[in-house]
Amino acid sequence: MATLETTETPGEGAGDGVRRRDFINLAAVSFAGVGAATVLLPLINQMNPSADVLALASIEVDLSAIKEGQAIKTIFRKQPLFVRHLTAAEIAAADKVDPSSLRDPQTLEQRTVDGKKQWLITMGVCTHLGCVPLGAGEGEIKGEFGGYFCPCHGSSYDTAARIRKGPAPKNLEVPKYAFKSDTVVQVG
Amino acid sequence: MSFPWANHYAPKHPLMKWIDDRLPLPRLVYNAVGAGYPVPRNLNYFWNFGVLSGAALAIQIVTGIVLAMHYAANGLVAFDSVEHIMRDVNSGWMLRYAHANGASFFFIVVYLHIFRGLFYGSYKAPREMVWLLGLVIFLLMMATAFMGYVLPWGQMSFWGAKVITGLFGAIPVVGTPIQTWLLGGFAPDNAALNRFFSLHYLLPFVIAGVIILHIWALHIPGSSNPTGIDVKGPQDTVPFHPYYTAKDGFGLGVFLILYCAVLFFAPNAMGHPDNYIAANPLSTPAHIVPEWYFWPFYAILRAFTVDFILPAKLWGVIAMFGSIILLFFLPWLDKSPVRSGNYRPAFKKFFWLLVIDVLILGYCGGSPAEEPYVMISQLAAAYYFAHFLIILPIVSRMERPLPLPNSITEAVLEKHGNAAA
Ligand code: FES
Repeated sequence: MATLETTETPGEGAGDGVRRRDFINLAAVSFAGVGAATVLLPLINQMNPSADVLALASIEVDLSAIKEGQAIKTIFRKQPLFVRHLTAAEIAAADKVDPSSLRDPQTLEQRTVDGKKQWLITMGVCTHLGCVPLGAGEGEIKGEFGGYFCPCHGSSYDTAARIRKGPAPKNLEVPKYAFKSDTVVQVG
Repeated sequence: MSFPWANHYAPKHPLMKWIDDRLPLPRLVYNAVGAGYPVPRNLNYFWNFGVLSGAALAIQIVTGIVLAMHYAANGLVAFDSVEHIMRDVNSGWMLRYAHANGASFFFIVVYLHIFRGLFYGSYKAPREMVWLLGLVIFLLMMATAFMGYVLPWGQMSFWGAKVITGLFGAIPVVGTPIQTWLLGGFAPDNAALNRFFSLHYLLPFVIAGVIILHIWALHIPGSSNPTGIDVKGPQDTVPFHPYYTAKDGFGLGVFLILYCAVLFFAPNAMGHPDNYIAANPLSTPAHIVPEWYFWPFYAILRAFTVDFILPAKLWGVIAMFGSIILLFFLPWLDKSPVRSGNYRPAFKKFFWLLVIDVLILGYCGGSPAEEPYVMISQLAAAYYFAHFLIILPIVSRMERPLPLPNSITEAVLEKHGNAAA
């Protein structure tokens, strides 16, 4: 090493134009770069949801008290959840629509559990910018398609909670859920 | 400032000389805002708004720091701690109203400052960097104001946070993870409130830093002026101190009178009553609106209602951010060599149309999302983009400007001659 240095005139290339110093520079800067990126990682990652937020609580909902035509609002993962008992007329209205004419094509079957078509369980979060649509509470307006109406920017959802009008791009999200008995459903 | 006739710093007091020899801070102040900064002699009152913006920032920092001594950034107590400031803390009501209205007044003077720049062509060479840094400050202000509005944890705070972070959810694929990352959860909660508080405290100091760059960049060519023509010699300028310190001081007095009038007699006029209801994730206010200074942008966001290749929601987000990003290209969109709107007859008309257009957008942004407001915002948003992308480039090519005066001094003397006659 020492001999190599003495034979080299500083600032001049060693034949192929690459100096020993270039290599050292490059190696040192890359190493520092990798180090800085590594330090950045926890600084960015700390902003992701913490363990307690992520602890995916699942909830059980008792359906026995919800009469036909009624709906309830409850909380699932800190967000509103709508559980709605559809009437025969509402089911018929939802089935009448040709899914291919929809912005987010889905049938009522695809959005409910087999044989439990009358139970429409969706998140109460407008897919536009996240407001809580009206229509689940007693006396709230349901919009021109009889399902839900988001007051923020005027998105209307139908009786299968599918987007029909307004700026929202998707149907109200259907969370994962399963019936534990005829009247109890576990969400999450 | 590099004008050869600028006064050079000669410390009068031996102490000043002693300091200046070791740390040339007195020299810096003297050349930046003292008698060592020659400024065009014809500045009108629209040139006050830069200093007023700085004053508004100072008010926000001072009131903000003392409010932070009493505020608690926790979802359970945040709303109550703001009520505690209003009712229990000594002078707390005044400090909070000063801070809340201070934000509005900050935006008022900054908007006037921006429109001053638009009218007098202050964004043109050689001051492009001043304009670009100003836009950076504006973006930082918007972020700071948004996060500050979340802190009282009222209904509008909560739902505003939800809607604005929901904008990021519109980005395909990575949108939802980004939104969750920003909030630290699936909906605004403690994690979001705490980080917003942390950043709301930090960003004003970042703004102060960028303001220093903004002023530094301004001092390279020196201030523009209402004629838009360059300074030709010492007869065109007066020293900043005492001439403009006095003029700015007068403007500051007027500003403070108006500010205090609102602060003491109508402190809630520019706020939304729903924010006096504690945040409730289960009930959306009937009509979510941001603070008034975001209304024009909110109207652009909501103007898109039909999908066209991309979902309508994404178009709204792109257009809203685009409406500001666009301004970064302004120095290269307006090619007219004449700076001041006073000598550009066609430009002047379109400038006032733009002002009206932005006011209409603001009105629609504060109204519910129903007809006719949706359609009006669509037209107004389209005009906003057309102004910068089509009208301005064409006007700057076609229009025949009025003859410019030979010098600032000539323009000033002519005006006074006319007034006397
Ligand atoms: S959030 Fe529901 S329509 Fe915008």
